[in-house]
Amino acid sequence: MKTVATRRVALTGNEAVALAWKQIRPHVVAAYPITPATQIVERFSQYVADGEVDTEFIPVESEHSALSACVGAAAAGARVLTATASQGLALMHEILYVASGLRLPIVMNVGTRALSAPINIHGDHSDVMGSRDAGWVQMFARTVQEAYDRTILAVRVAERARLPVMVCLDGFTLTHSLEPVEVYPDEAVQAFLGEGPRDGSSLLGEEPITVGPLALPDSYMEFRRALAEAHARALRILEEETEAFHVHFGRDLPALLEPFGMEDAEESVVILGAYADVVEEAVRRWRERGRRLGMVRLVVFRPFPAEELRRVLARTSEVVVLERADTLSGLGGPLAVEVRAALYDLAERPRLTDAIFGLGGRELRDAELDAFLEAGPRGRVVYLGLKEAGDVPEPA
Amino acid sequence: MAARWQALERGPVIPGGSSVAYRTGDWRQERPVLDLERCVHCLFCWLYCPDSAVLVRDGRVVGIDYDHCKGCGICAAVCPPKAGAIHMVPEGEP
Ligand code: SF4
Ligand code: SF4
Repeated sequence: MKTVATRRVALTGNEAVALAWKQIRPHVVAAYPITPATQIVERFSQYVADGEVDTEFIPVESEHSALSACVGAAAAGARVLTATASQGLALMHEILYVASGLRLPIVMNVGTRALSAPINIHGDHSDVMGSRDAGWVQMFARTVQEAYDRTILAVRVAERARLPVMVCLDGFTLTHSLEPVEVYPDEAVQAFLGEGPRDGSSLLGEEPITVGPLALPDSYMEFRRALAEAHARALRILEEETEAFHVHFGRDLPALLEPFGMEDAEESVVILGAYADVVEEAVRRWRERGRRLGMVRLVVFRPFPAEELRRVLARTSEVVVLERADTLSGLGGPLAVEVRAALYDLAERPRLTDAIFGLGGRELRDAELDAFLEAGPRGRVVYLGLKEAGDVPEPA
Repeated sequence: MAARWQALERGPVIPGGSSVAYRTGDWRQERPVLDLERCVHCLFCWLYCPDSAVLVRDGRVVGIDYDHCKGCGICAAVCPPKAGAIHMVPEGEP
């Protein structure tokens, strides 16, 4: 196992991502800055202005244009990055489908955030969950270090899977907090990533090609089925590339999910993103008091690692999903709906409680989390940390 | 194109220039029929045809490119009434 010489620097999530971008040396970045991912673009454009990276930087007038420019550049065979958040991601929505449908390996960092109305600039997962069916791989970072690592990893995953990849970092919680980060030398990143995706199948390849022709009822469905297959395969590619990352940089990242205390757990908490740290502390506290609680942090939401999750949750009788988005369906948030669906095939299904928390940047406090865990699972949907808390009625 | 989904590894990427082989005339519901006896070669039809489907040689109308004519009927509409050299007939009828 090779271990590269790292440098330890204090960086915010946005700065760490911008640094990763500089080290990736993308051919093209097209972006329209939006809170809380603005600093990624700001910092990166500074690198470009200072001549530290020779990326073609395209400042555009909207996120719709940003992603459109990325689509064009990626179809031409360029290595392409962008970043956005919240309404910006919503404005990209139409083009998200174009990027995945054309199987373009674009990597996008999302500073995850609430959606209007009411206006709110703070973090939750409403924006990325709104894009969950758009055909992008979605990875969630837990720490600033992971946001940095996963941005680099995502480039290889995207190019091998021929799928666009989102690397999500919790808005403000990760984008704006300063953490010590182990940074790799530029050459090590470039050696890991190699030349880029140009492989003769792009617009600037050897042969003239048509990208994205008309596909009428006689063929559209086959393309969608092939896209689903690409996602199914992306899980294995993610595992392999995470291992390659480990071998190259010496850093052992969880590929699909990260269990904590699950060996003997009877109850488990499932979580996505940066609040895993808070939950892990709570799990530690409860375990010290003799409660067999465990945690599973999901790393990818798309493709959904249903099999792996089923395997790790099968022995627990209670599952609590803690999540920062809602589907407004009365059935809970998007994560709970999928976890529930994944568990449905088990002969003995654990009881599942969905706890929606932290919408619009509201903090999840230890005391609230403890009180919730103390009360025990309820097998329904609750809003955690809500003022004048009243639980929503159990779905019929 | 109608491939099995397993063969679509790269997504919707096909050989370039494929539109040349695409016969948009397949979409036609009605077809313009040209009466060269009545044609005065004013070239209105040629000028107005949105699909460049009126074939002209040496400044004279010689026929219709049915591979690409979508049957919009504009040529028939702009053909001077006194000439009346184009009329539309439903596809499948002589
Ligand atoms: S019917 Fe329309 S498309 Fe066909 S030749 Fe006339 S004008 Fe052109
Ligand atoms: S518009 Fe009528 S008369 Fe004029 S060139 Fe065409 S067919 Fe002939």
